[in-house]
Amino acid sequence: MATTPAAAPEAAPATPAAPARRGWRRLPVVHQLRQSVGLQRGMLIAGLVLTGLLVLTALLAPLLAPYGFNQLRDADGPFGAQQPPSAEHWLGTTVGGFDVLSRVIYGSRTALLVMIIAIAASLVIGVLLGLVSGYFGGWLDRVLVVAADAIYAFPSLLLAIVLAIVISGGQSSMWGGVLAAALSITVVFTPQYLRVVRAETIRIKSEAFVESARVIGASNGRIMTKHVLRNATRTLPLIITLNASEAVLTLAGLGFLGFGIEPTKAAEWGYDLNRAIADVTSGIWWTSVFPGLAIVLSVLGITLVGESLNDLADPRLRTRRASADVQGDVAATSVVPGGALTAPGGLEGLEPGTEAAR
Amino acid sequence: MTSTSTTGPLQPTGAADAPAAGGGATPVRKEPRTRGAGGGLGRYLLVRFLLIIPTVFILVTVVFVLMRATGDPITAAQGGRLPADQLAERIHQAGYDRPILVQYGEYLGNILRGDFGTTLSDSRPVTEVLTTFGSATLELACYALLVAFVVGIPLGLVAAYFRDRSHDALLRVFAIACYATPVFFAGLLLKLVFAVQLDWLPVSGRASTRSEIEMRQLDNPTGIYLIDAIRTGNGEVVADVLQHAVLPAIALGLLTAGVFLRLVRTNVIGTLGSGYVDAARSRGVRESRLLRKHAYKPALIPIITVVGMQVAMLLVGAVLTETTFEWRGLGFQLSQYLQARDFVAVQGIVVLLAVIVAVTNFLVDVIAALIDPRVRY
Repeated sequence: MATTPAAAPEAAPATPAAPARRGWRRLPVVHQLRQSVGLQRGMLIAGLVLTGLLVLTALLAPLLAPYGFNQLRDADGPFGAQQPPSAEHWLGTTVGGFDVLSRVIYGSRTALLVMIIAIAASLVIGVLLGLVSGYFGGWLDRVLVVAADAIYAFPSLLLAIVLAIVISGGQSSMWGGVLAAALSITVVFTPQYLRVVRAETIRIKSEAFVESARVIGASNGRIMTKHVLRNATRTLPLIITLNASEAVLTLAGLGFLGFGIEPTKAAEWGYDLNRAIADVTSGIWWTSVFPGLAIVLSVLGITLVGESLNDLADPRLRTRRASADVQGDVAATSVVPGGALTAPGGLEGLEPGTEAAR
Repeated sequence: MTSTSTTGPLQPTGAADAPAAGGGATPVRKEPRTRGAGGGLGRYLLVRFLLIIPTVFILVTVVFVLMRATGDPITAAQGGRLPADQLAERIHQAGYDRPILVQYGEYLGNILRGDFGTTLSDSRPVTEVLTTFGSATLELACYALLVAFVVGIPLGLVAAYFRDRSHDALLRVFAIACYATPVFFAGLLLKLVFAVQLDWLPVSGRASTRSEIEMRQLDNPTGIYLIDAIRTGNGEVVADVLQHAVLPAIALGLLTAGVFLRLVRTNVIGTLGSGYVDAARSRGVRESRLLRKHAYKPALIPIITVVGMQVAMLLVGAVLTETTFEWRGLGFQLSQYLQARDFVAVQGIVVLLAVIVAVTNFLVDVIAALIDPRVRY
């Protein structure tokens, strides 16, 4: 019995040609990093570096920032509002008299927090529902799929607005803003995890090793966690990156609509941009450019990672040199709806028809 | 095997049932098809249409439950500013002290009659807000879509043709940057450079006051400024309206252009590698023609599906773009109501936008089904 769960993942890649991948090399990002070449590797590395910078900045914010995010004065007196970049304030000060650099640095904390909460919550809920939905099927499955479709179509920022009203009544506390953004992203992304995991579960549950497990009397719970779940997680890294970047953008959007976090509670890039709208008209650029760049670089980093993972999972997009080396993997990964990001609808089956029509 | 990888889980409703159908549990095509191809299409459209109902119902319910779970809109708007007895009086008048299920039933009934509530701050029906400001948002969205097509599709073709070379790398980074830049930041940057520093274009608004006055003198103004401006017959007004539209359209359009670029690139790479393109090449068809005629056209079909997905993104983008440029549309109005803490108006607009998204997704699925026989089963 003890060997069953260990053996199952080995059998998992289903297609006979798939080589067994082991140990740390099998870890999502590490595997792709080794698999990639040339430009794709460059993009992946650039993305990882940017994301790493974001995390480091967030962790080390108190050490990096020259002032506090809500500090208005130091020993020499008040900072003054809308001061251009200078030796004391490298990136100038905002209309409210805060130091721009410090707020940009501390803003990474808020963004990271939202990302972590959003990913953790939607991952847990989505995977769980997807497993149950795909494994048991029936009416529950249908209800979940319809509900997932309905919610998926809902623009996440609108949902975030509603949730911000609910959670904080529009009061801009730090946790209110963070939770509103994180939970709305959770609600919007849960259907995506659900769909992917459900599709994988349906595929995997008809595999021989699942049936073997059932024959030897493994319970449903055990099969779901040990056999199905472990093999259904292949596309998750990609969705996680989408999820993370969407979380940052939604938080910023919420802040930009004036529904973000009050400047005295925490630093938030979108809110700072909202305050900077009027500055732009009078030619004051430093209050908007730097928080904006922070958003762009964060999302860019995460998206580059996601984009590379997506390409590497899709045999049509993987750089050709690599695709020759990993032919076995192509078969294993192509079952996964990895092309989803870029190729909905697909064309493979369409071409003969198009030709015939001519 | 590879064909399954192209239909993914991240698509909107109907068309996305394809991967799910592989598992065979979607209600849409549970029953075996009994009639011919025409019946299949009719049936698909009917089922797809009926699916709007649960979609909208779920959205309306989610928003209602969320909004009312924590309290009533009057306390939210006035709490702290009115004495407790007056507050209670107004809550009673508006009926917010009745059981929540009664209110829910009434709310659903009102929505069925097309009544999305009345704003608290200026006592206007939400539907009137929509008709007044919707045209501005529609106009902005159309401009943005135009920018997206004009920028995204040719660049996508170029990227696919120069696959894995430096042009491609640059364009892909551009596409990702388009996605990574929030529309409002893109808007602020454009404003900073082209309106403030270079002073080429107006900073904000939909038209200058003079043009607006001139357009208001028309009978039955459409609210779509470009049409109104053309109807005035005054070239200056048209130029003024167009100048105001440039920056918002680019800010919002680039967001979608990035998506189109990536999509065209991926699909053209797919078609370029397929047998019939090789066959055409071996017949001596020139590369440029190959790209334009053979690889490009079939690659456009998925774009239609994605346009549907983009509607949600465009609407949200419009909310933010309108706030950036003080473009007086639905989104600008939404942010005004948010600041006024008028949550009845917010709820009404949000639900209305959700309905628009659901209906648009349906229409897009219909178009996709008419064009691509694989979508209907």
